[in-house]
Amino acid sequence: MSARRTIDVSKLPTYAFGHRQLTWWATWSIILMEGTMLVVFLISYFFLRTRVPTWPPGGTNAPDLLWGTVNTVILLASVVPNQLAKKAAERLDLRGVRVWMIVTLAFAVAFAVVRVFEFGALNVRWDTNAYGSIVWANMVFHTTHLLTDMVDTAVLVLLMFTGPIEGKRFVDVSENSIYWDFVVVIWLLVYAVIYIAPRVL
Amino acid sequence: MRRRKKKEDGKGKGARAKGPRLGDDKPGEAVTRPPAAALAEEFPDEHKALEKTWGDKPGFWGWLTSANHKSIGRRFIITAFGFFIFGGILAALMRIQLARPENNFLGPDLYNQIFTMHGTTMMFLFAVPVMEAMAVYLVPLMIGSRSVAFPRLNAFGYWVYLFGGVMIYVAFILNVGPDTGWFSYVPLSGPEYSPGKRVDFWAQLITFTEVSALVVATELIATIFKLRAPGMSLNRIPLYVWAILVMAFMIFFAMPTVALASVTLITDRLVSTHFFNPAEGGDPILWQHLFWFFGHPEVYIIFIPATGFVSAIIPTFVRRPIFGYKALVLSLVATGFIGFGLWVHHMFTAGRPRMGESFFTAATMMIVIPSGVQIFCWIVTIWRGRPVFKTPMLFVMGFFFTFVMGGMTGVMQASIPLDLQVHDTYFVVAHFHYVLIGGALFPLFGAFYYWMPKFTGRMLSERLGKLNFWLMFAGFNLTFFPMHQLGLEGMPRRVYTYLPGMNWGGLNLAASAGAALLTLGVLVFIVNFFKSRRTGEPAGDNPWGASTLEWATTSPPPAYNFLRPPTVAGRDTLWTEPPDQPEIVGLRSDVRQVLVTKMLDAEPDHVEEFPSPTVWPLVTALATTALFICSVFTPWAVVWGSIPVAVALIGWFWPKKRDAEERPPEEVMERAGEEAALRVAEGAL
Repeated sequence: MSARRTIDVSKLPTYAFGHRQLTWWATWSIILMEGTMLVVFLISYFFLRTRVPTWPPGGTNAPDLLWGTVNTVILLASVVPNQLAKKAAERLDLRGVRVWMIVTLAFAVAFAVVRVFEFGALNVRWDTNAYGSIVWANMVFHTTHLLTDMVDTAVLVLLMFTGPIEGKRFVDVSENSIYWDFVVVIWLLVYAVIYIAPRVL
Repeated sequence: MRRRKKKEDGKGKGARAKGPRLGDDKPGEAVTRPPAAALAEEFPDEHKALEKTWGDKPGFWGWLTSANHKSIGRRFIITAFGFFIFGGILAALMRIQLARPENNFLGPDLYNQIFTMHGTTMMFLFAVPVMEAMAVYLVPLMIGSRSVAFPRLNAFGYWVYLFGGVMIYVAFILNVGPDTGWFSYVPLSGPEYSPGKRVDFWAQLITFTEVSALVVATELIATIFKLRAPGMSLNRIPLYVWAILVMAFMIFFAMPTVALASVTLITDRLVSTHFFNPAEGGDPILWQHLFWFFGHPEVYIIFIPATGFVSAIIPTFVRRPIFGYKALVLSLVATGFIGFGLWVHHMFTAGRPRMGESFFTAATMMIVIPSGVQIFCWIVTIWRGRPVFKTPMLFVMGFFFTFVMGGMTGVMQASIPLDLQVHDTYFVVAHFHYVLIGGALFPLFGAFYYWMPKFTGRMLSERLGKLNFWLMFAGFNLTFFPMHQLGLEGMPRRVYTYLPGMNWGGLNLAASAGAALLTLGVLVFIVNFFKSRRTGEPAGDNPWGASTLEWATTSPPPAYNFLRPPTVAGRDTLWTEPPDQPEIVGLRSDVRQVLVTKMLDAEPDHVEEFPSPTVWPLVTALATTALFICSVFTPWAVVWGSIPVAVALIGWFWPKKRDAEERPPEEVMERAGEEAALRVAEGAL
């Protein structure tokens, strides 16, 4: 055994940001699988489109644009505080993290509130026809992601006040930001399909 | 640590630059390593501390809270094997029923439930989980790590899988077992033709197993990319680990589709959506697309890890490194991609556009290319080596024979006219059992014989092993070969009986006799297992003289895997490493610390502390189970059921203050010296 040389790793850092660390891979794994699910939802939407002569099917109106568009603006704006929170986390700036995460969370809550009106303006129920089913499926899919990340962000904000503060907490903030960006990006796709597609197809 | 040697700060170089670079294809000469136990004797304090840190808590509570990849992996394997036995018993019941025409051993309703449960069990509760389970146990050892990434997620994945399996079997025993076939085609499985709860339980089982598969895939990818031993660059990882990597990525793209399928099916049934209802603009064909876009890759999710077993077993038993490492890796990746372009060949009879169908015929034939490359690489390896036909190797030989036969009938069915003829007949049953039993079960049994000494520390009996193999091999062929002929004679699948005038009695009786032999073979394995636990020969670290890192530690491995995690200087590490190959020191022994390395080159990057045992994964799994089961009875369960899940997840995530305080301050606040860190410290304390 004594012939073996050794490499001492005790002085290595105990956390890292970005793709160097494990959580980043988990975040992107979730993005990959959830993204796949969304893509399949959207493909199903267009598949069902081909089953009927008009879209939306006769007697059904396309969703009203107002609330969905308001929400798109809110979500796009939330990217700014979200990025600022990420940057603050990466320089271990606790005050910045607290401030910008709370702002991001406020945007998320605003979005969730408007979402209630959105459901009311879809002009179709899930059990009206297959069009209604797939529209609701896409909306519920996105809302689930919105709510989970909202709770996630709220818990992180709380932890940032109660402690214990460690390097990894800042890594969590950074990863949470990536996931929020994902929620924004998939909304743009869902918005385009739910609100725009019925008007142009 | 105590023994001072030249320090590396991990900022580069690391182990890789050291030592002569060894040719990757040189025949292996086993370097004699001292037994791993000697190191534990040399450093008894560290051994004891590590055992305490990495071991499960004592007693039943320790069993419930375990987050050690070997404890979880072991029970994962045993659970999956248990479901294999259940699925096998159901198969045996079917063979008894079909042994003679107009038999009345089982009625049609029970028969429908039994073949559905058999298929569902074998695919969702045995084949995929057992492949994940073996990986959860083996991958960290093979890449020289102390743990799988996200060990608590691993525990959660196991519990969810277990609860899902228990749910469906309880439903089956209560006569609410699913009865619409393992792919539950609508409209048969829709609200109109399958009232009651049977199909709902089936759909929720699918949800359970895909949650489990997805979390396990996540942790396996993170493990393989980030926890490899220094020096184990991507072009040096064992082929088995490559296979698991490809499998995990396939799970990412296949499982979400079936998640969507099971959710839309259950909402069609419970809240009157119309995804599959043609009267309201839906389409049953959508179900077939969704199911098979998952269902075909699923076959490769099962088959690819099995090829990993083969690639691990062959070099050991022919005493030379594998031939064509790169070709094999590329074949695995190619299989992974092409596997997603084949699903419509399950739907040739559903009337798709001719042009589209031709594309899928071509894609189906194309997958023969990577499979063929793999087979030829293995043949060359055996040809150029000195084969020793121990039991694991026999199973590999059985794999060659059976899988190639199954592959042939697969190519035949890629042709649309032939497929139209044999669709839904016993020819298809024969084909996929040749592919799945030949392609996955034989390698899996080979893997059991190969790694059992590592799992238990004792050898399985060779004599019983050979008996086991020949019984299974003969029994299998006797069962399924006649089915080709039965299918060509027109016997349809899923019929609970047939008339004497069809003249199918003789071949069916032969198949049933074969099933008895097959059952006997599995029984011999079980006997062998229990016998070896009592009287098996002690295995030692490396009984087969194999080349991968799991053989560099004791059998069974200690809770912490390696007292000094290894570094790697080439492929087939244990055959090629120089005697002074460096080892890792400096990982803490009072907390579960692991070394994280860089993705491509596996240079040391940072150290990360893994969580200690906890009950939260179990609580979360219970909350999830409650949500899934209650939602079968009321859709609102999805709303209020998510509250306990959220609470459990927050409890899981919440850091323990005590843990942070026990650590030295410089570790709690890293990047000392930076002004930012000071600001944080002021804010926090």
